[in-house]
Amino acid sequence: MIWIAIRMLTGDPQKFFGLVFGIAFSTLLITQQLTIFVNLLNLGAAGVYNNGNGEVFVMDPASVTTDVTYPMPSTALDAVRSVEGVDWAVPQLRSAAAVRTAQGDLEQVVIVGVDDATLTGMPKRLVEGDKSDLRTPDTVMVDDVGATRMFPGLDPMGQVLELNDQRVVIGGITDTVPGFASTAVFYTTYSRALRYIPGTRNRMSLVIAQPVAGITPSQLVDKIEAETGLKGRTREEFTRDGIDFIIANTGIPFNFGITVALGFVVGVAIVGLTFSLFIRDNIKQFGALKAIGVTNRQIRKMVAAQAGLVGFIGYGFGVLATVGTMWAFSSNPFFKGFFVPWQVPLISLAAVIVILALTALLALRTVFNTEPAAVFR
Amino acid sequence: MSAPAICTRDVTRDFQAGQQTITVLHGIDLDIKAGEMTFLVGESGSGKTTLISIMCGILWPTLGEVKVFGTDIYDLPDDELVEFRLQNIGFIFQQYNLIPAIDAASNAAVPLIAQGMDRAEAREKAVAMFEKLNIADQADKLPSQLSGGQQQRVAIARALVHEPRLVVCDEPTAALDAASGRRVMDLLREVAVAEDRACIIVTHDNRIFDMADRILVLEDGKVIHDGKTMPETH
Repeated sequence: MIWIAIRMLTGDPQKFFGLVFGIAFSTLLITQQLTIFVNLLNLGAAGVYNNGNGEVFVMDPASVTTDVTYPMPSTALDAVRSVEGVDWAVPQLRSAAAVRTAQGDLEQVVIVGVDDATLTGMPKRLVEGDKSDLRTPDTVMVDDVGATRMFPGLDPMGQVLELNDQRVVIGGITDTVPGFASTAVFYTTYSRALRYIPGTRNRMSLVIAQPVAGITPSQLVDKIEAETGLKGRTREEFTRDGIDFIIANTGIPFNFGITVALGFVVGVAIVGLTFSLFIRDNIKQFGALKAIGVTNRQIRKMVAAQAGLVGFIGYGFGVLATVGTMWAFSSNPFFKGFFVPWQVPLISLAAVIVILALTALLALRTVFNTEPAAVFR
Repeated sequence: MSAPAICTRDVTRDFQAGQQTITVLHGIDLDIKAGEMTFLVGESGSGKTTLISIMCGILWPTLGEVKVFGTDIYDLPDDELVEFRLQNIGFIFQQYNLIPAIDAASNAAVPLIAQGMDRAEAREKAVAMFEKLNIADQADKLPSQLSGGQQQRVAIARALVHEPRLVVCDEPTAALDAASGRRVMDLLREVAVAEDRACIIVTHDNRIFDMADRILVLEDGKVIHDGKTMPETH
C-alpha cells in the first residue's frame, strides 16, 4: 500500500513539487537563518579566536569581552606573572582609533598591541607577510576583512596610512575571523600601540597567560582571581562571554527568531494547504480504499509515507540550498569562516518533522472523517 | 434450503438533519440468496444507497441486524469488520474510483495488496482477471488512457480479483447507452454471479430490469415489491 501511496503523491506532479518546495523553502529559511545567527554570535568571540596562543585571559573585573574592556595598570602583568602555575603571561592592548587612508578616507579601526618580545596575541596565520615584519618601524598588520574593505582594488601591502597623526605602513595581512562590527583590525606591538593610542594612565586591556603543565586553565583562573583580585576567564569561558554579550545587547536573537518562526509558519501554511488539497483531490480514492477494506492503520502508513517522502526530498533540497547559499557568499569577507553547525540541520529537521506531523494529522483527520459509504453518493 | 447470503432484520436507519430526525429505512427484512443477480431499484431518495451501504458493512444501521454469510457484521469490532469487507466483499462504484497514478492492473490488484499479497503476485492475478474481461492488453495503461468502458472493466476486475462472496455494484449502467449497458450486465452475470456468491446491483435503469433474477423495489425506505420482474406501476 505504501507503493500505491507514493504513486498517488508523485502522480500529481504539481502538488508533489508544491509540497517539496514548501518543505525545501521552510528548511532553507530555518537552516540558513539559524546558521547565520549562530555564526553572527560567534563573531562576538572573534577577539578570542584570533588570539593565537594562551588559555587564560586576565582582565579588570569590570571587563566583559575582548571589545569591552576596562584598562588595567601595567603592574597587573607582574601580578599575574607572579602567580604560581603561570607558565608565561603577556600584555595586550585593544583600543579604537581613527585612520586616514592615502585617499583621504577616514576609517574607524581597532588597534591590537601584542607582546613586543614574543608577538603572542597575533593571529596564528597570515595571508601575506611574516609576523617578524611587525618589528620593522611603523609597521602594522591589517586583518584580511579590513584590507578588503579599506583598499578595494589595491594591494594593501606597503600602503601608508595616518593613524592618530602618526605614519603607519601595512606590512602584512592576517587571516582572521572578522569581528561582530566588521571593523578593520590593526595588529602592532604593545609598545607601539601605546604610542598610537594616547590616553589614560592605565591602558593594558588584557593579560594573556598560559598555565604550566599539570594545571588546568580553570585552576589557574581560580588562583589568579584569588591572588590578584583580577578577573580571569578560560578561553572557552571568554568565548562564551563574547557570544552572551551579543545575545544580551543586540536584537539579533529576536530578529532571527522571528525569521525562523516565519520559516516554520510558511512551511505549515504551504505544506498544510497543498497536502490538504492533495488529500481532498484524492478523497474519493481514499474513501474507496476504506470501503474495500483498507484499514485505518494502513491509511495512516500511506499518509506517513507520503509525508516522509516529501519531507526527505524537501529537507534534502533545503539543506543543500543552505550549503549552496553559504558557499555562494563565502567570498564575501563578512561571511568569512561561516559554517553550518551540525546542530542546525538537526533543528530544522525537527521543525520539518513537526510541520509534516501537523499537516499529516490534519490530512488524516479528513480521511478518517470520510465515511466509506460516501463512495456510493 | 441453504442459509441466505445476506439476511437483514428490522434494519432501520435515521439521519439527523439539523434538529430533525429523518428515517431513511423503516425496518427492512430481507433474505438475499447466493447465485442470483439481485437488483435494488428505486427512485432517488428511496433509501437504496443507504440499504446497500448497510448490507456491505460500510454504514451502521440505527436499529436491526445484518448477517452476511452468517456473520452478524455489525457485531464485529471495527477492525474485524474492515477485514471482513476486505475478504468477502467486492465493490464496483458508479464512478469507478480508480487511482489515477497507478496502472490498470495495479488498480485491480488493490484488494490483494491490501490483504498483504506481494505486489507482483497480486498484479499477476489481476492480469489473469483482465483476460476474462478481455482487457489484458490494457493492463499497463493508466486509467486516464482507458475509455469509460475499459475503466469499468478494471473496476469489475478489482471487485472480483480477491474472489469475494458478495459483489456490490452501484449504478453500473448509469453512464452507458442501452447496448453498452446490456453488454456490461452480460459481463457481470458471466463473471460476478456464481453459486456461492451473491451479487447485488443498485440501479434505476429500467433498460436492464429484464436481466435481474430478483428485483427489490424500495420506496420511502420500505421494500414495496419483491419479485422476478418489475411491478406494472413502475
